[in-house]
Amino acid sequence: MSPCAGDGLLFQGSDWNFEILQRAYDAIETIAVGELGLNVYPNQIEVITAEQMLDAYASTGMPLFYKHWSFGKHFAFHEAVYRRGLMGLAYEIVINSSPCISYVMEENTATMQTLVMAHAAFGHNHFFKNNYLFKEWTDAEGILDYLEFAKRYIARCEERHGEAAVERLLDAAHALMSHGVHRYPRKKRPDLRSEERRERERHEHREQAYNDLWRTVPSKGAAPQATLSDERRRALLELPQENILYFLEKSAPRLQPWQREILRIIRHIAQYFYPQRQTKVMNEGCATYCHYRILTGLHERGRISDGAFLEFLQSHTNVIRQPEFDDPNYGGINPYALGFAMMQDIERVCAQPTDEDREWFPDIAGSGDSMAVLRDIWSNFRDESFIAQYLSPHLIRRWRMFHLVDDPQDPELTVHAIHDERGYRRIRRMLARQHDIGWTDPDIQVADVDLAGDRRLIVDHSVINGALLHQEDVARVLQHLADLWGYDVILKEVDSATGALVREHTAHARPLFF
Amino acid sequence: MNIIDRRLNPGGKSLSNRQRFLRRAKALVQRAVREGSGERSIGDLERSGEVSIPAEGVREPRLRRSTAAGAHDHILPGNKRFIEGDTIERDSDGSGGGSAPGGDEEGQDDFRFVLSREEFLELFLEDLELPELAKRRLATIETHGFRRAGYSTTGSPMNLAVLRTMRNALSRRIAMRRPKGSDFLPLAQEIELLEGQGEPSDRLTSLKEELARLQQRSRRVPYIDPLDLRYRRLVPVPRPIAQAVMFCLMDVSGSMTEHMKDLAKRFFMLLYVFLTRRYQHVEIVFIRHTHQAKEVDEETFFRSPETGGTVVSSALREMQRIVAERYSPEDWNIYAAQASDGDNAPNDNNACSVLLKDSILPICQYFAYLEVGAEEGRAPAGFLGSRTTLWQTYEPLRDQGAIAMRRVTHRREIYPVFRELFRRGGVEKEATSR
Repeated sequence: MSPCAGDGLLFQGSDWNFEILQRAYDAIETIAVGELGLNVYPNQIEVITAEQMLDAYASTGMPLFYKHWSFGKHFAFHEAVYRRGLMGLAYEIVINSSPCISYVMEENTATMQTLVMAHAAFGHNHFFKNNYLFKEWTDAEGILDYLEFAKRYIARCEERHGEAAVERLLDAAHALMSHGVHRYPRKKRPDLRSEERRERERHEHREQAYNDLWRTVPSKGAAPQATLSDERRRALLELPQENILYFLEKSAPRLQPWQREILRIIRHIAQYFYPQRQTKVMNEGCATYCHYRILTGLHERGRISDGAFLEFLQSHTNVIRQPEFDDPNYGGINPYALGFAMMQDIERVCAQPTDEDREWFPDIAGSGDSMAVLRDIWSNFRDESFIAQYLSPHLIRRWRMFHLVDDPQDPELTVHAIHDERGYRRIRRMLARQHDIGWTDPDIQVADVDLAGDRRLIVDHSVINGALLHQEDVARVLQHLADLWGYDVILKEVDSATGALVREHTAHARPLFF
Repeated sequence: MNIIDRRLNPGGKSLSNRQRFLRRAKALVQRAVREGSGERSIGDLERSGEVSIPAEGVREPRLRRSTAAGAHDHILPGNKRFIEGDTIERDSDGSGGGSAPGGDEEGQDDFRFVLSREEFLELFLEDLELPELAKRRLATIETHGFRRAGYSTTGSPMNLAVLRTMRNALSRRIAMRRPKGSDFLPLAQEIELLEGQGEPSDRLTSLKEELARLQQRSRRVPYIDPLDLRYRRLVPVPRPIAQAVMFCLMDVSGSMTEHMKDLAKRFFMLLYVFLTRRYQHVEIVFIRHTHQAKEVDEETFFRSPETGGTVVSSALREMQRIVAERYSPEDWNIYAAQASDGDNAPNDNNACSVLLKDSILPICQYFAYLEVGAEEGRAPAGFLGSRTTLWQTYEPLRDQGAIAMRRVTHRREIYPVFRELFRRGGVEKEATSR
């Protein structure tokens, strides 16, 4: 590499200061933007202590969050584990916001700070800004203001209605949080900034329109019941509805306005995190690939010393370690490892394709510009589609993947596919499916309710492969659901293949619980 | 790009969430703390500790599939010898069994976390309280402290409330229209300008008059007037005595085994921890006795062996002497705990009874008698024949509610007995319940 003015080692030794951070950031930016062509939100890097990192863990990484005992529980848990020395803390946390906030720990060495800036402030940041899921479902500009609003609103509700009432509501809402997301795009883009204004305006309107006289006007008695067809009734309630929190917010008969607003807040937050759950492999793969390229680039240019580079390689290899299935440390597929391996594999296919690659990936094999291909992939795929499209036979062989079926009906486990010609597609399909949260999360929908009748809420779970819901949890969640709904709730587990009713759970609303 | 140093931000952001969690899991944590305290040595009580509570109680349920039922597909890396169609035995170590990711009961594990020392003691000693016994005279003896109580117009300069004074001065100056510095400035400038031109004019004269008027007004209305002064007012408030002395009396004659001493020690330690929570300053006096009593330090008290007969009254006399010498009942809250295996010289019982009743109990806030028994030879409680001589001596006093008595034979009974003795408003109850 030809050294130009201002080059030389960014730092020596392991100590860092803010000047070094700035210098390292600039060097990283040169490579990230110039060479890799990343397109990122403006960055904000915040240096925090270990204790603050534990705080951040407890509030799902967000800088501010409303108060709830469950966050205290997570804090206590992480603290105990950390104190026992069982767990090191993450080197960084990055938040999908604009500006993109990355927390880095003060304990990190200068090399580690360089690594985490490359990883979080450029890798993750690029992914957040460009991936279609994040564009579709999250509002990076508005999220921090919205969380501030949520925190204030919930605190105000606690003052007005008592901590116990709010806690009960949050417990119930949290239990249903994973079923509080829209899975299919809607007409309106999320716009969290207008949320606060909307709530205020509605409140003001209620106050202005309030007139006590209306209470005294005699009613005409019940209006003649328009008998609706079942279909029409369901259509009016937007049924079937898989976003249970949305359904409750709009249709639960007995909730107060503030309770609906809190359900809405929880729903928005769940929606904000929804893309992250679908892109673990890609997101981490993208960040890991970027930091690897950037740090290697820095070393090639002579900006970091051999010692620093070795330190980087050591933690890099730790991160992308994938124990084999018979290793005592095996704990599932490591998303960092899989993501990084696939990104590198795509780079290989672009640069030096084999005949097999040409056959499997005709549109990218030998294209030469691997960064353009990767950037395109990072923008337009999620884990499931990414694996289904780009897991190559080469990688399946390298990892020696096999497909094992565990059917309780059979006395033994069966190997269904291995890394051979017959197995590639099956393994790829199955691995993609394991990363599809549409498949891994149970499919639960509000099926029907007769608001004019007994108001019993009917919820369906369509059972796949006989995997029923966790019995104890379902009883508790259903109780929460019944409390929110205010009337009885019945959950039917129906086998999706045969249509047969497998199991039924019921819950009764506790009187005056809310 | 911004780099922000957040390290100096106030910590403890999770504190209120943590408190909510503790409140939520209070019953569970309390049980864990109390059960855990049986295992840990009493010396560790003061330290913080890890507790584990059943995760069931603080579970956050979700709608999720049970991993027990239904068929599961796994994609695993690292195939070494399998080919398509192979079967693997279940639950075999290593090959197939390791593949099942987590059992169904992952949520059933205990939830472990660390309580701080404060949190631990708070829960440990909750709803215990120091009994208010007959010595009302002592309870009314109080010292005086001072407490802020608003402002007054007089006081010593030391207590001047500057902010309040300046606020008063400011509002008075505004009300009296005292001219400000900014009022003088344009006048002075204009005068200077006109004087520079050299020729006297009406304008100049009127300006000078105006300036003189303002200056006079400014002199008349002072910047700070004695009227403005405010002082912090402190009123004396009675404070209960915040110091206590704890007498540990123990029989160390040959009949006391190590086991019994251990029991006694545990009880004394608990009492000490409890007293330090309630009083700023607690002193301990160790008195051990055989046929004669001696004040000793802690190490000697628990460790060094001694032989001899048993005369309990000697210890009581020694305590009486020390109180008279060093701990005036006017200034000290006096607590005493006596541990013994119940033996006493037959001719001494009467002396004990009289001494206790006339001299010791009137000056004590609380007197507890703990009878420690050998682990194996447990006599059924309430069985008349099992009563030791000392127990029989003290029994009449207990019936008057003046002394708390318990018998303990096993380590695990210490804490329940202790709780029973100090339960809020529980002393009368226990006297009747037995």
